[in-house]
Amino acid sequence: MSIGFDFVIIWTVILAGGIFLYVLLDGFDLGVGMLYGLAPDRDSREVLMSSIAPIWDGNETWLVFGGLSLLAAFPLAFAIIVPALYLPMLLMLLALVFRGVAFEFRVEDEAHRGFWDYGFCVGSILASFAQGVMLGTFIEGFEVEGRHFVGGSLDFLTPFSVLSGFGLMAGYGLLGAGWLIMKTTGAIQARARRQGRYCLIGVLLAIAMVSLWTPHVSAEVAARWFSWPNILYLSPVPVATALLALGVWRALGGTSEHWPFVGAVGLFVLAYAGIAISLWPMIVPHHYTLTEAASSESTQGFLLAGTLALLPVILTYTAWSYWIFRGKVRRDNGYH
Amino acid sequence: MELDPVLLSRLQFAWLIGWHILMPALTVGLASYIALLEGAYLVTGRARYLRISTYWIKVFAVAFGIGVVSGVILPFQFGTNWSRFADATADVLGPLFAYEALSAFFLEASFLGILLFGRKLVPQWVHFASAVIIAAGTLFSSFWIIAANSWMQTPAGFEIVDGRFLPTDWFEIVFNPSFPYRFAHTVVAFYVTTGFVVTGVAAWLIRKGRARDDAKVMLSMTLWLLSLLVPLQILLGDLHGLNTLAHQPAKVAAIEGRWETEAAFPLTLFAIPDEESENNRYAVDVPRLGSLILTHRGDGTIKGLREWPKEDRPPVAVPFFAFRIMVGIGVLMLVLIGASWWLRARGRLYESPWFLRAAIGFIPLGFVAVLAGWTTTEVGRQPWTVYGLMRTVDSVPPALTGGEALTSLLAYMAVYLVVFPTGFLVMARFLRDGPAALPEKGDE
Ligand code: HDD
Ligand code: HEM
Ligand code: HEM
Repeated sequence: MSIGFDFVIIWTVILAGGIFLYVLLDGFDLGVGMLYGLAPDRDSREVLMSSIAPIWDGNETWLVFGGLSLLAAFPLAFAIIVPALYLPMLLMLLALVFRGVAFEFRVEDEAHRGFWDYGFCVGSILASFAQGVMLGTFIEGFEVEGRHFVGGSLDFLTPFSVLSGFGLMAGYGLLGAGWLIMKTTGAIQARARRQGRYCLIGVLLAIAMVSLWTPHVSAEVAARWFSWPNILYLSPVPVATALLALGVWRALGGTSEHWPFVGAVGLFVLAYAGIAISLWPMIVPHHYTLTEAASSESTQGFLLAGTLALLPVILTYTAWSYWIFRGKVRRDNGYH
Repeated sequence: MELDPVLLSRLQFAWLIGWHILMPALTVGLASYIALLEGAYLVTGRARYLRISTYWIKVFAVAFGIGVVSGVILPFQFGTNWSRFADATADVLGPLFAYEALSAFFLEASFLGILLFGRKLVPQWVHFASAVIIAAGTLFSSFWIIAANSWMQTPAGFEIVDGRFLPTDWFEIVFNPSFPYRFAHTVVAFYVTTGFVVTGVAAWLIRKGRARDDAKVMLSMTLWLLSLLVPLQILLGDLHGLNTLAHQPAKVAAIEGRWETEAAFPLTLFAIPDEESENNRYAVDVPRLGSLILTHRGDGTIKGLREWPKEDRPPVAVPFFAFRIMVGIGVLMLVLIGASWWLRARGRLYESPWFLRAAIGFIPLGFVAVLAGWTTTEVGRQPWTVYGLMRTVDSVPPALTGGEALTSLLAYMAVYLVVFPTGFLVMARFLRDGPAALPEKGDE
């Protein structure tokens, strides 16, 4: 094994970890953004907003990190996947703009508060949906010739990708509800528990449909999951998913303030693992493996040195800033 | 009409980055200013510094928020619209962008929460430390992004294998020939821009009689700083120009409007460059001055644009005028600073109505100079994305259609025309109210 091979493995872990952190962290605050549209009055909207205001920016930074590590470590994948997702990517980026500026604008632009409230909620919905669509498109694969995407602008639009868009919306909603249960009390918390259950139903439907559908879209995936003895090793994944879902359902109805969120995270871990198992070792499904798409050893090495030094620091101060804002939402944070 | 995806992608990139850079131009400067004020408050305990800092933190929060959302869009542009460029250069540029995220974006984002919402949750020294960390973060950010941009201008430390740029020497890549000049000139530009915003706002508050004492402190402090930075910026600009002459002579020929190779050449103050006839019309020339500035000798020689084949020349009119706008503003700034010395010596700095009005008028000028400077740099780099090595027309994705590019351009235009003006309004509204009447306790 050459050193290059090891770099590829390490970068795969970092990239997968970075994207997963993004999905969890921005997932819950996009989820809160969607539930924001269902909040009945101004007071509860304030609470929802305050529960994520100090941290959303750090959460979104993982998206930038994910995109840029893909560019630096697997440039060929970046150069094929991103143009293939031209329109959903556009939708996501614009939605994130509306959502991001709403934090300040809704307070300061009194005259248009309604517009920015609306922008915050619709932005969260569209960003979540677009990310789900991109995930679905990615799993289905793209038309590639040489080092380029050569398909059409609307290739991404399939029943499968739309389903996966709704599925991710439900998933983020579940994470958001879990977050609100931890951060709020009283009527707002009770509402989050109910909304969490609806989202959970949506998530399970989506997981079931995607799991049944994916092997149909791709014979390789079917072979991976249903051949002997893989089916034996892999069967814990669906079983654990079912058990965990039951646990989350009960936690949502109970009194625990942490288990709904933790359980939702567990569901995401399992779904993510399921996708990873299906695709490994491809990074441009059906076309390029991780090793084939990797950048030069010098590139991966140069960036790895700093990344290994900086990531632990980043994780530490990110955790510290969550710690500073721990506990139930405070309204008197000395701002606005 | 055929829609050209290359042209549309260029317009889109210019549109996105042109708006984006206005925010760093303010936040890089304000972050350092806020750190300074928080430090002064920590040391002296005077409420005045707390008031002024709180005042600017609100503006900073809005500008930073818009900077972040418009910034998140940019790296994805490399994929959606410049994927062949990304494929060819990512081995070199990818880590520079990624280091920007690792060393700057996370830092800024996490500590921003503390700066905005943590005043009551953490001790004052932690609040101060957060401000310093954010200021450092904005400078790290500038460092990496300008390293990347400078590498596109003056590539170094690489080899080309199968049409891809592969790294050979990271030190040369980061510290490429134009990097030190561009970095220094840009960061000082951001400080200068912010400085004129602060003086302008202070002048406005003084004229309105709002929070006069706070405003005087802002005005005086910042004018001292600008007294240093404006001359420095002009010096850096001169050095930067010499560096460009060494590495991108075609760009300088366009900036100067020189068509012929000539010795003892003039400085063209104004002209209308005509690319058809390869001549300047209505030229106003100062003999020999161009030679003095660019070669520091009366009889130096410059290569004219006709030396390059047409397809390798940059557009002429745009860098020519953009450069004159930037330099013109630099000179105006120097004049205003000179006037402030004169008024200060007579003790009339806060009373002179024309000076205060001029200072207010200067608020947008830094931003205009920044845009003009970048336009000079970027358009002057054409027709290349990697200077002399990779053409702009070869940088877009093969599957990108004119329809897609037009859709995205129009969508970005529509959204930015709502978001940015609202942002400016919101900031103006904050500023109009003046620093809040916090307790005077601790003031002298
Ligand atoms: C407040 C902003 C500001 C001010 C007052 C100036 N500049 Fe500037 N200039 C910039 C803001 C800027 C910039 C936006 O920061 C640029 C674009 C890229 C860069 O490195 O800096 C730039 C680029 C830039 C370049 C590089 C062009 C290239 O690389 O192709 C030169 C030669 C100068 N400037 C020269 C000057 C001179 C002689 C000035 C004063 C008389 C001056 N600048 C004032
Ligand atoms: C530092 C990071 C930057 C990078 C990596 C970068 C890269 C690029 C790229 C890839 C293009 C498109 C290809 C081209 O047309 O040349 C471009 C064009 C352009 N950029 Fe930059 N740029 C940077 C900074 C800026 C900034 C801060 C401005 C500020 C205004 C700017 C202004 C422009 C303009 C006006 C164009 C269009 C020029 C033209 O196509 O005629 N750039 N740049
Ligand atoms: C191609 C060019 C550029 C790209 C790809 C880019 C990328 C980004 C991204 C992704 C963010 C948001 C980070 C976050 O989530 O916190 C951002 C913000 C920022 N960028 Fe850029 N940027 C470019 C040009 C520039 C230039 C030329 C400068 C300054 C010299 C700059 C300075 C900053 C700063 C200071 C921030 C922090 C937010 C703010 O202050 O507005 N960027 N940029």
